[in-house]
Amino acid sequence: MQLRTVLHRRFRDESGTEFIYLANSAAILALDDPTANVVDAFTSEGGLDSEPWLKDQAEPSASEATLNDLIDLGAIRPVDETPTPRADLPPMPFPMATLVLNVTNKCNLSCTYCYEYGEDKLVDEATAGKALMDEKTARDSIDFLMRSSGDRPQVSITFFGGETLLNFDAIKTAVLYAEDQGAKNGKRVHYSLTTNATLLTDDIVDFLTTHRFGITVSIDGDKDEQDRHRSYKSGKGSYEVIEPRIKNLIKQNKERNGRPIGARVTVTAGATPVVDTYRYLAGELGFDEVGFAPVTAGLGRDYALGEQGYERLLHEFGVLGDEYIAAAGRGESHGFSNLGDLIRELHQGVNKAHPCGAGLGLVGVSTEGEIGLCHRFVESKSHSIGTVQTGLDEKARSEFLAQAHIDKKTDCTQCFARPLCAGGCYHEAHVRYGKATAANLHYCDWIRGFIDLGLRSYGRIQATNPAFLTRFDQQ
Amino acid sequence: MSDSDNNPVNDAPADEHEPARKQPRIIACNQKARQLASMVLARRGAARALTQDPPPTQYPYGCTTVFAPGWEVDSSNGTHGLCQPIERDLYDCYHTCYWPAQVPDGVTNAPSWTSSCGAPMQDWKSIDLVFP
Repeated sequence: MQLRTVLHRRFRDESGTEFIYLANSAAILALDDPTANVVDAFTSEGGLDSEPWLKDQAEPSASEATLNDLIDLGAIRPVDETPTPRADLPPMPFPMATLVLNVTNKCNLSCTYCYEYGEDKLVDEATAGKALMDEKTARDSIDFLMRSSGDRPQVSITFFGGETLLNFDAIKTAVLYAEDQGAKNGKRVHYSLTTNATLLTDDIVDFLTTHRFGITVSIDGDKDEQDRHRSYKSGKGSYEVIEPRIKNLIKQNKERNGRPIGARVTVTAGATPVVDTYRYLAGELGFDEVGFAPVTAGLGRDYALGEQGYERLLHEFGVLGDEYIAAAGRGESHGFSNLGDLIRELHQGVNKAHPCGAGLGLVGVSTEGEIGLCHRFVESKSHSIGTVQTGLDEKARSEFLAQAHIDKKTDCTQCFARPLCAGGCYHEAHVRYGKATAANLHYCDWIRGFIDLGLRSYGRIQATNPAFLTRFDQQ
Repeated sequence: MSDSDNNPVNDAPADEHEPARKQPRIIACNQKARQLASMVLARRGAARALTQDPPPTQYPYGCTTVFAPGWEVDSSNGTHGLCQPIERDLYDCYHTCYWPAQVPDGVTNAPSWTSSCGAPMQDWKSIDLVFP
C-alpha cells in the first residue's frame, strides 16, 4: 500500500530526541531513532509502497509494528485517503461564554498606532454610537449573557474601551447586576478589564480587587518606550501618570492575593528589544505576566513591523523562551505569557477550526448594545450580528463562521501551524485585506516561526521537567 | 507506543516473533497524543479480546459479537450482562438488542406471549407457544 506522512512538523530537543507534531490531530509524539527513520522513509510527496519497503528491512516484524503504530496514530496514512471533513460549525446556537463590553468608545490617550482612532479605524466618528454605555444597556448585556450562555456554569465579562475606566459607572452597574443575576441563574461570573492605567484611583483599585478582576494594562515599556506612542492628545507622554498608579495597583492586588496582573505591549517598528521591556515590566514594575503583540497596521504605516522587525522579534522571543524553559526546569512559572499560552495550547493539543472565539463563544458589545464579532469590530455596521436587546442574528453569525472556517482558507491547507493559527485574527485580516475571513498571509513566516519556537520549547521542557506540563492539563 | 511520559510502557509486541524492546518506540507527549494512544490501545485490546489472544484485559460493552460460549464475564466483570444461560437469552434478545433468534413479535402479533412467565430463568417452560 502506498503510504506517506500526514502534514507535520519535526523538531528535536537538545539531547537529540526526535519529536513530531501532527497537524491533523495536534498530537505531539516523541520518537525513538528507528521510528524516526520510518517517518523519514515515508516522508515524500508521492509516498512509499510499504510492502517492498518492509521486505528490505533488517527486522521486518519490528518495522511493521512501528509502521502500524504510526498508521494507527494518524502519522502515516494511505496516499489516496481523503481526510474526513470537519463539521462546518459546532451545534448552533453555540452558547456564549464571554461578553466584551465596550463601555466607552472614547479615550483620554491618543496613541499613534490605535486601531480604533488611528489610520486603520473601522468606524467613522460621524456614525459612531454614544460615547458612554448607559446603565440600562449594561444590564441588558448581562441579561443577554445569562440567556444565551446555555448551561455553562461559568461566564466571563471583559470590560473594554476606548479607555475602559472613563465609564467606571457602567462597570460598577454591570458587576453588581451580574453578581445578582449570576446567583439567580446558578452561574459564576468572572470579570476582566483592559486599561491604560491613567485613571486607576484607590477607589477603583479597591473595587477591581474586591471583585477579583483579571486586569491587563496596556503599556509599552519604560518611559521612553511608553511615551513614544502612548501620549495624550497634547503630545505629552503618559508614563509619569501611570507609573505610580500601576505600582499601587500591583501592590494592593498582591496584598489581596488577586489574580495575576498582565501587561500588554504593542510592539512597533524600532521598539526597545522585548527582552529589556520584559525585564523592566516584570522586574521593575512587578507585573505577573507580560505579553507582546505586534501592532496591527495597514500597508505603509511607519510604525508597522516589517519583515526584519518580525525576524528580530522572533529572535528576542527565543531569548525570553530560554528563560521560560529554565524556570520550567525548576518548576517555576515565568511571566512570558505569549509562550506560556502557546505551551498550554500545544500541551492540550488544541486544534482550531476557527482562529479565535469571536462570534462563537465570545462577542463584543458596543456602547449602544450592538453586538459585533469581538471588541475590535463593535460599531462596524458590516460586522454586526445582533443587539443585546433583540439577541443574536443567528443567520449572520452562522454565515460568517462558515466562511471563516479553516477549511475555507485554502492557503492554509499545507501549513503545519494551522491547528493553532487557523488563519489568524479577523480584525488583522480586515485591516490588511479588507476581508475578515481572509488568511493573514503577511505574517505566516512569523507565526510558523513562533509555533516552531513553542514546539522546541515544549520538547525541551518534556525532556527536563515533564511534570511542569501537567499544570496545563485540561480537565 | 506508550500512553504515559512518566512511566512509559511498551505496547505488547504485534506478534510473538517481534523482539521485545526495552524502550518505547513512541511516547505520547501531549494530552491529545495520549487520548489518541489510549484509543488505539483500547481498540487493539478489544480486537485481541475477540480473538482471545492474548488473554483479554478489556471487555466489549453490550452484546457480544461471538456466539460461542467462552465469554464468562461481561463488561462489569459480572455475568448478568451475558446472553447466557440460554433462558436469559430469550428476553435479552427480545427486549434490548438484536439477535438473530426466532422470538415472537411482541409488538404487533403476539403482545402477550410472555405474560404467563415472570422469571424465565425459573419458569421458562410456561411461556406460550406462538404459531405464526
